[in-house]
Amino acid sequence: MNAPPGGYRPAIGRRRIVGRLGLSAFVALSLVALVALGALIVQVVQQGGGVISRTFLSNPPSILEPETAGVYVAIIGTLWLIVLTVLAAVPLGVGAAVWLEEYAPRNRLTRFIHLNISNLAGVPSIVYGLLGLAIFVRSLQMGRSVLAGGFTLALLVVPVIIIATREALAAVPPSIRHASLALGATRWQTIRHHVLPAALPGILTGVILSLSRAIGEAAPLILIGAVSYVAAPPGGSLIETVGERGAIDGAWLWLRAAMNDGFTALPVQIYGWIGEPDEIFHALAAGGILVLLVVLFSMNALAIGIRAWQQRHRHS
Amino acid sequence: MSSSGGLRRFWIAAIGLLPLAGVAMAKEPLSGKVAVDGSSTVAPIMKATAELFRAEQPRVTVTVGVSGTGGGFKKFFEATPELRTDITGASRPIKPTELSKSAETGVRFIELPIAFDGIAVVVNPKNTFCDSLTVAELRAIWAPGSTIQNWKDIRPGFPDMPLKLYGPGHDSGTFDYFTEAIVGTERHSRNDFTANEDDNVLVRGVEGDMGALGYFGFAYYHPNAAKLKLLGIDAGDGKPVKPCHETIGDGSYRPLGRPLFIYVSADAAQRPAVKALVEFLYANAKKIVEHRRVNYVALPDEFYKVALQRFREQVLGTVYAPDAPRTSTLAELYGVTQRK
Repeated sequence: MNAPPGGYRPAIGRRRIVGRLGLSAFVALSLVALVALGALIVQVVQQGGGVISRTFLSNPPSILEPETAGVYVAIIGTLWLIVLTVLAAVPLGVGAAVWLEEYAPRNRLTRFIHLNISNLAGVPSIVYGLLGLAIFVRSLQMGRSVLAGGFTLALLVVPVIIIATREALAAVPPSIRHASLALGATRWQTIRHHVLPAALPGILTGVILSLSRAIGEAAPLILIGAVSYVAAPPGGSLIETVGERGAIDGAWLWLRAAMNDGFTALPVQIYGWIGEPDEIFHALAAGGILVLLVVLFSMNALAIGIRAWQQRHRHS
Repeated sequence: MSSSGGLRRFWIAAIGLLPLAGVAMAKEPLSGKVAVDGSSTVAPIMKATAELFRAEQPRVTVTVGVSGTGGGFKKFFEATPELRTDITGASRPIKPTELSKSAETGVRFIELPIAFDGIAVVVNPKNTFCDSLTVAELRAIWAPGSTIQNWKDIRPGFPDMPLKLYGPGHDSGTFDYFTEAIVGTERHSRNDFTANEDDNVLVRGVEGDMGALGYFGFAYYHPNAAKLKLLGIDAGDGKPVKPCHETIGDGSYRPLGRPLFIYVSADAAQRPAVKALVEFLYANAKKIVEHRRVNYVALPDEFYKVALQRFREQVLGTVYAPDAPRTSTLAELYGVTQRK
């Protein structure tokens, strides 16, 4: 029973203690994040829970009667932004990632592109606001519209979507591609039917995470000209327009108006209320934050739902 | 023949007058968009106007942005016509650099005074030794390169306490106006102070700092009166005056009482929606400006009459010529004769 070379001492008791210390440190650190989130939510609910009501969700903002002010216009603005951002950013981001990961040769050019995309993901959002102002608002003459806002937010999320999609594609085992190609499928068929479905959960997670960040942004939207007061959502009332002009003409007119109207969004509305002198507006801001959180959580829930549904169908 | 000619003239005149009757009733439903932007100080007035106007003309969409006085003029004088705003609010008169933009872009404007506001100078409520400051003392504190870091250096008899300064950031019209009125040159200020565009941050700063001294728009004082102590300002006659509705309105709160303006694009003023909005604002100016949620000081009625007249006659340009003496009162500048 000689001691092992190098003076090894089992000291199992001490190692276990160190292990436990490490574990408790990590648990404590996780709790810090959780407690911070909890405190934030409790504070916001305390401040803004009282203002949440049906009218808060269905009324336009009001400075003269803050008791009846609401976030209706801002919610619709944020929904517009989500839809437009997804429409613009997802095909662009996923398409670019598919090319980079599945088709492009690994050479200096693609490495350079990859490096740039990683850098773009870290650019402060206000810079995208400046870019959006120059490109969409001015050069492409979209004006200070929800369209320019959606495209600006799309710029913001595209790098993150590309990175997330690339990682999701890279995680698909090569054997799946090999099997498909060996059976005579083309490269596109392989990607379309096997690689993309397998990577979908990862892609969705990336899309949702980046979108969650984007819908909380106020700075780039203010920069491109989101307004602080507007009483009607972009395009006004769809139902009213359709009622007056018929289904097709009305919808078309409404859509065209929506693409030209001034808009606001939840974070812009919240920012505006926080800046008001009277405390009643600060409660409204907290209420707006709650609504924004609910929108965020429902987006996450939707993504989880799609993921679960998709996985069930793949394995059956 | 002559009588029928007379009759015809009568009918022509009558038909010619019809549109005027329409304007007088102002109930024809209008539609269209009005883009308003500019000073955060003027924004409550314009938001309130938009809100009340909606009841009158529900089909006119009024948007109000808040870019600050300088940022608002940038959007007012945009190079691309489609991106220009129709009305911009300003908490100071237009500057020569902005006037040259007007010449460059060909955007002509109608300048209209809308209300009085004051800049409040405040300290922490625990500060018991200071009730007022003279303009000279304020100038010594805020001048560029000022070395005053302690209350005892402001006035003999003040205690030894570090001085912490709070003020609005550089995009603010309040900053422009305060530096002009106190230091003497616009935008000349010491830079070692806590600057924030959000006046609530300044309120919180002064509230939590025993040695604090800060300034911001008077509208932010009222809801926070319990957390702050308002100082009187002594313009040099040994009689400090505190800002309130009366002293701001009668001009005795010198030199930190200021007029607020709106600038209406002359081209936009041709559009019925813009015209109706401005007419509505001036017909209800007192009610809007002194609404408890807006809480500025209304100009005397004569001003609103003169302003509406200027708007109807499309009087272009500013009364604040770059070389005009800044000592003229608002009444002198706009040729308002006030009843005493």
